[in-house]
Amino acid sequence: MKELKILGVVVFFTLLTYWGVEPYAHSVMHPHVESDGFKYDDLPALTKKGDAQRGAQTFLSAGCTGCHGVKAAGMPAPMDPNAAAASFGVNPPDLSNAGSVYDEKFLAALIKNPEHALMVEHKFSKMGRAYPMPAFYGVGGDKDQEVADIVAYLKSIAKKDVTPKEAYELACGRCHAMHYDNWTQIGEKPKFKHKKDELLFEAKVLEYQDHLTKYLGKLPPDLSMYIRSRGEHYLKTFMENPQNLLHGTAMPRVGVTAEAAEKVLEHMADVGDAKRHERTSVGVKVMIYLFIFAILAYLWKQSLWRELH
Amino acid sequence: MAHFEKANSLEEWLDQRLAIKTLRRVLAEEYWIPKNINFLWAMGMVLAVTFGILLVSGIFLLMYYQPNVKLAFDSVNYTIMKEVEFGWLWRHMHAVAASVVFLIIYIHMFTGIYYGSYKKGRELIWISGMLLFVTFSAEAFSGYMLPWGQMSYWAGMVITNLFSLGSLELNGLVEWIRGDYVPGQAFLDRFFMLHVLLLPLVIMALIGLHFGTLRIPHVNNQDGEEIDFDAEAKKYLEGKKKESKVIRFANDFMSKDMFVVSIFLIFYFYLVFWHFDFAMDPINFDPADGLKTPPHIYPEWYFLWSYEILRPFPKDPGLVAFGFAQVIFFALPFLDKSPNVAPASRRGTFKYWFWLLLVDMIVLTVMGKLPPQGIYSTIGLVAAVVFIGLWVALPFITKNEKAV
Repeated sequence: MKELKILGVVVFFTLLTYWGVEPYAHSVMHPHVESDGFKYDDLPALTKKGDAQRGAQTFLSAGCTGCHGVKAAGMPAPMDPNAAAASFGVNPPDLSNAGSVYDEKFLAALIKNPEHALMVEHKFSKMGRAYPMPAFYGVGGDKDQEVADIVAYLKSIAKKDVTPKEAYELACGRCHAMHYDNWTQIGEKPKFKHKKDELLFEAKVLEYQDHLTKYLGKLPPDLSMYIRSRGEHYLKTFMENPQNLLHGTAMPRVGVTAEAAEKVLEHMADVGDAKRHERTSVGVKVMIYLFIFAILAYLWKQSLWRELH
Repeated sequence: MAHFEKANSLEEWLDQRLAIKTLRRVLAEEYWIPKNINFLWAMGMVLAVTFGILLVSGIFLLMYYQPNVKLAFDSVNYTIMKEVEFGWLWRHMHAVAASVVFLIIYIHMFTGIYYGSYKKGRELIWISGMLLFVTFSAEAFSGYMLPWGQMSYWAGMVITNLFSLGSLELNGLVEWIRGDYVPGQAFLDRFFMLHVLLLPLVIMALIGLHFGTLRIPHVNNQDGEEIDFDAEAKKYLEGKKKESKVIRFANDFMSKDMFVVSIFLIFYFYLVFWHFDFAMDPINFDPADGLKTPPHIYPEWYFLWSYEILRPFPKDPGLVAFGFAQVIFFALPFLDKSPNVAPASRRGTFKYWFWLLLVDMIVLTVMGKLPPQGIYSTIGLVAAVVFIGLWVALPFITKNEKAV
């Protein structure tokens, strides 16, 4: 009984110290930001019902393909990543899966006023620079209807079940490398037979990174270990609205759906915390072993101490 | 040359050459431990087991770790964590054990202080234990440099800067310690050497010394009672086990130790698998970057109390206070003037001294992590002054203590 009391005192002071240096100290150092569930309440809802077939026409006449590829519809990117980055600072995304990775409200707002939807006005119009993607002025009809049609078209061609990796590539991969997954900003690094080819590829990556650095002011970090260095909650809320956690950052709001955000996080965990499933399963086995060990140790102690007391 | 008979068993054969029976008797069967003890007396065994875990997991990590500023981070976070089978397990075990070992060391230390186990012939147990604490601290710090993450780099920068000794500005000394103007390859190499060779050797030697210092004064007991070990051992050997105040180290004491160890291991492995973040600071998963200072630089939790004794004062007094905090525990057996060997609860004013010290060190620990602003600075300053005051007051409050 007395030993349990002593144990209680030890546990109490241990937990008190733990509470002070972990949950409490971290709540003071990093103010908590709640996720809004990727609802994008600041953006207006779509008022018109879009028509995908009409949208395909509008998409072509709006000039989107001047910069964006749509491989799913047989339209390759008009420029290679480096030439695109030289012109725009960053390689514009292929829009094949944009309809399933990005939120529809966000897509509509982006088409109408990219800077505003991306939350980068402080880096462009307010600094007297033009954002590389022009706003859509309509092709002659009801603009809201046309935007709704384009969004409906993008949704109609998108794969419904993009993989975690595809979600990452589209949402993050043109700015953020992930070298633990062999990912560079211009795509996956292939296996090379000749050193020369490898060096040429690396030179292309460096050149792309230079454009990106000029465009954003700083090379965006490699995200290989971000699931461990930032944690899931931070990444989720950061993706939702980077300005909330890092005010003034050049990183645009990504505009992903809640589902796509989960996929991005899953990919980051696959890369930076690859053994998490194994960790849990081994953990359970080790615990079972230790409980048996504890019971046997207790019985051994009892058998010896029966004679001592 | 000695005369050898033909041995009838392996045991006999070994006994003729190594005297293993004598060794077993002296080190285990007739190494007498008081019966009047509680589970806190098992912390030594828990520490030995934890040190074993650190040693074995460290050996496995050493097979893949690369002490090179360009490769170190990836060798840990990619090679060990992703490529090597169960590399993640050894790394998490190593990191969590490195943190938990300090929790047990602190429990072990405060047990010693509470029961007065540093007095009347037990001074060297305390001093060798404190030497172990200091060496473990150096071992933990040097190990923290190795993943070469942001916190490795910046903690390395801050701690080595202390050696400029404030206004003395011994920058040459700091450069000599680092082998460079800032932490770099030379820095990483020497801390690698310290971590995997020199300090473990010193720790193992000190563990031997620590065990040695226990032998003659024997382990203390819950009432601080002076036991005639020879007389009590005789009773035990005559079969009067219930009457005797002593028990064998093995297997009597060992069986209880093992039960406590098993409970400890359940706690420890729970942390390894499900709650390791407290021991593996997220900031250290960003690679070292000398151009990007993290907004908050703090040591691991077990150094926070002494960090907070350094921080609230101006530069020079802060260093003096910090130096004081590092050495003052060594002087405990000589600052405690009371001849009583008894639990703190029976020692009058010392009781309050003990609990105040414990609470004060927890306050210092928490304030050491919080940013040094506003009310936290003030609380930290008060707690640091209280810490120093407590040690200055110790000889006076123990001098007139009534004998128990």
